[in-house]
Amino acid sequence: MYRELGAKNVQIPFSRKIWDINWGFVLLICATASVGFLMLYSAANGNLEPWASRQMIRFGAGLALMFMVALVDIRIWLNLAYPLYAVALLLLGAVEVMGVIGMGARRWIDLGPFQLQPSEVMKIALILALARYFHSLGLEDVRRIRWLVPPLLMVLVPAGLVLRQPDLGTALMLIAGAGIVFFVAGVRLWKFALVVGTAIPAGFFAFQFLHEYQKKRVLTFLNPENDPLGAGYHILQSKIALGSGGVFGKGLLNGTQSHLNYLPEMRTDFIFSMLAEEFGMVGGLLLFALYILLIAYGYAIAYRSRNHFGKLLAIGMTGIFFLYIFINVAMVMGMVPVVGVPLPLISYGGTAMLTLMISFGLVMSVYIHRDIDIPGKR
Amino acid sequence: MAKDQHKEKGKVFSRRALMMAGGQAMLMSALAGRLYYLQVIHSDEYSMMADENRMNLRLLPPLRGRIVDRFGTEIASNRHNYRVILIPEQTGSIEATLDALARYVPAETIDRERVLKDAARKRSFVPIPVVDNLTWDQFARINVNAPDLPGIQMDVGSTRDYPYGKLFAHIVGYVGAVSEKDLQNQEYDPLLELPEFRIGKSGVEKYYDRTLRGKAGLSRLEANAYGRVIRELNREEGIPGNDAVLTIDKQLQEFAVRRMGEESAAAVVMDIHSGDILSMVSVPSFDPNNFASGISSADWKELVENPKRPLGNKAIAGQYPPGSTFKMIVALAALESGVVTAGHQVFCGGHTQLGKHRFHCWKRGGHGKLGMEDAISQSCDIYFYDIARKVGVDKIAEMAHRFGLGEKLGIDILGERAGLIPTKAWKQAVQGVSWQLGETYNTGIGQGYVLTTPLQLAVMTARLANGGKKVNPRLIRSVTGETLEGAVLPRAEEEAANRDIGISQSALKTVLSGMNKVMNGPRGTARAAKIEVEGWEMAGKTGTAQVRRISRKERIEGVRKSDEKPWEERDHALFVGYAPYNDPRYAVSVIVEHGGSGSSTAAPIARDLLQETLRLDPLRRPSYDIAIRRPAGGGDV
Repeated sequence: MYRELGAKNVQIPFSRKIWDINWGFVLLICATASVGFLMLYSAANGNLEPWASRQMIRFGAGLALMFMVALVDIRIWLNLAYPLYAVALLLLGAVEVMGVIGMGARRWIDLGPFQLQPSEVMKIALILALARYFHSLGLEDVRRIRWLVPPLLMVLVPAGLVLRQPDLGTALMLIAGAGIVFFVAGVRLWKFALVVGTAIPAGFFAFQFLHEYQKKRVLTFLNPENDPLGAGYHILQSKIALGSGGVFGKGLLNGTQSHLNYLPEMRTDFIFSMLAEEFGMVGGLLLFALYILLIAYGYAIAYRSRNHFGKLLAIGMTGIFFLYIFINVAMVMGMVPVVGVPLPLISYGGTAMLTLMISFGLVMSVYIHRDIDIPGKR
Repeated sequence: MAKDQHKEKGKVFSRRALMMAGGQAMLMSALAGRLYYLQVIHSDEYSMMADENRMNLRLLPPLRGRIVDRFGTEIASNRHNYRVILIPEQTGSIEATLDALARYVPAETIDRERVLKDAARKRSFVPIPVVDNLTWDQFARINVNAPDLPGIQMDVGSTRDYPYGKLFAHIVGYVGAVSEKDLQNQEYDPLLELPEFRIGKSGVEKYYDRTLRGKAGLSRLEANAYGRVIRELNREEGIPGNDAVLTIDKQLQEFAVRRMGEESAAAVVMDIHSGDILSMVSVPSFDPNNFASGISSADWKELVENPKRPLGNKAIAGQYPPGSTFKMIVALAALESGVVTAGHQVFCGGHTQLGKHRFHCWKRGGHGKLGMEDAISQSCDIYFYDIARKVGVDKIAEMAHRFGLGEKLGIDILGERAGLIPTKAWKQAVQGVSWQLGETYNTGIGQGYVLTTPLQLAVMTARLANGGKKVNPRLIRSVTGETLEGAVLPRAEEEAANRDIGISQSALKTVLSGMNKVMNGPRGTARAAKIEVEGWEMAGKTGTAQVRRISRKERIEGVRKSDEKPWEERDHALFVGYAPYNDPRYAVSVIVEHGGSGSSTAAPIARDLLQETLRLDPLRRPSYDIAIRRPAGGGDV
């Protein structure tokens, strides 16, 4: 039928779509989120209130949103890619003008009932837009520098705006996520080498312009024990939590570092330390296993997609997902600076959860519409 | 063409995706490796750090040992201190709770300003002391009304209590807060850093502080990052301090203090064999309870400015010319060196001439011709000028030292002074002038440079009465329980008491016989103050020490009677004695500052003390420490 035809303009019936939802993937997402619920339950000393229950509601809403996104035809997403990107860019610009200041940075737009964080919207929109761009570009063109200028601008403009908020973590995340799309799209490796080669000296230069607290974070990262009661306190306490957990952990609700408040931000950025304190290395590795399976699914879906847009989208989203995991876990273990990146599906927080579920929805949409062939325009 | 390119695009994608997957796998492995590094390789270190984080050690101060008299009466003990503390986070409003509290305790005892300041400075779960030393009634009333007093908690602390107050102030001393100096001088003990900890500041409390202090217990608490205690993990009980048993008989001490009345005086009663001090009095005194709870500046000023020096322990730190009580030493020096025999006689005409100086006897008309025993009993000065000249000051000094004069006797409280026994070398060294014979005359009657303490005089008398045994004074008989590290143990009684100081019995007999005649002879200077009870007869020696030289003018115009002079110019009255004469057990020394003559003022007091001592006869009654376990290491420290 349509699958064999690789047909154009074929509509997949709704029932077929439901049938085609990758339920194993959904189950993995639910399982991982449940680990998060358990940790939030522990963080409240064995209570669902106030965090676990709220996180469950958010996850439920996110799940619904994910299905909605998944069922929307991939071609619609393709067509919406540039408009969505334009909206996200506008919103980012609006933050400059009318953003709400929180925690020393201007990140949100107050929309009455809820607050919108345009940088989160941009994470998805950027991948969509880049996927569309490279989808429609021939391989020869990808290898020409002039065709790389538009996508580079598509990355650097929003990254610059986010950096101005200032939110170094998200800005780097946008650049890294884009880099992944560039990479799988087939941009020559020497160009990456060139960018990295210039970025490092540029980074040193840019360091001079960072906010004092950001400089301090970077410096503290280099030697956290230098300042055990000040900026290095978080990293040190996190490492103590991890290390004291040992192989099998102290048991649910028995983490001393977390329950006696030595571990900072244990519901959000440092939730992995709490997990590894209470469940030990075994618990940590099991969570890794869940994540690896989720990422593997992402790769498989990308592989199965017959259209290039879907491939790029799935890999881009999976790549960002991986980056979140890696940066967060590496951060709490003292391997990279404290940049304030949540642990996907586990950390407490609404915005990150919704963004993540939407990106899962897109990956699933790629899966559902894997056999639809979309010709590149050029 | 387009299809080829499409295929090529897919190939590139797959290759790149594979590379990326490889890269991600490497990074994931790095995370797992780091996890292994932290949770397996360095797990022990981090576990220790986690424990250091959460574990809080709290010292549990041990109960301070009691001080009891030789029959077990509590002289220093621990009293419950009923306190109210406030936990700010449990109050609705601190002000309101304090207002409510003011209904049950006098409002002026609540230092609102301090409580509010403390509350503002500390975390809201930290208890803040509000009032202490409540009566049981107040305490009970607050307890009953606790529901109306949110945030108020009741607490029972421990305060040092001296039920007999002034009676034992100079012996037992008192405790006080640890000062900067205490911290420097003492061996480190974490207890000293507790703000409410009290250590001995004087007397037995200080000397035996480490013995009485005990060993701190330890409570391991789990606390969160803000310092709030979550629970107690375990507890190691401390060891309470040892009880110290005094040699003092509380009843005798009570009697002695009452008998001394308003005088500025000191007295020591001791066991002539063991050296046990049965009573040691220095009046006026002070109430050590005031020090335990913090003395007011007005009270302090009064104590410091009082001319009768209530803070000083005159019995060990007061240095007085011994006067005629020194004559036994001079007599023994003369007899033992062989310059005279017991039969040596001297004619007393009331005065004797030495160059241009005339030396007087206290009896203007003179005693006529008398021998040594009579010279002692009638305290003839001329006789002692004569034998002092014959024996020389250095021999006298040597004899004085054998009887414990001029040196510290090592009593087990601090502040003891050595007195002064002059020698020719001493004068040359200190004043750079050679010794004058006239000074030997003065030394012969216990005047001039000679200085002694009441304790030394009591020891001297004890050594005379026990037949020349080197008895040393002590205030603590024993301590209870096991010996803790750093504890000071009481001196053993046996060792020193058996050492002979090498005086011939015949010489001693002459002197003791003279002392007997002082009381019981027809012309004895203190015959009016003798003990009448048969079998309890005492022996002794009066002394009157000049505070001011009698000038030639005064002699011509007639020496004013002592009680006609202003108080501070009157002579010191002294007396030393022992009883019973036939079977000596107790020695006494008494000095009444500016009390007039030894025979009229000091002798009756000494008589009453000895008589009361014999009546109570503490040595014949079983003492408290027979019942208690002796310290493990014996008592030979």
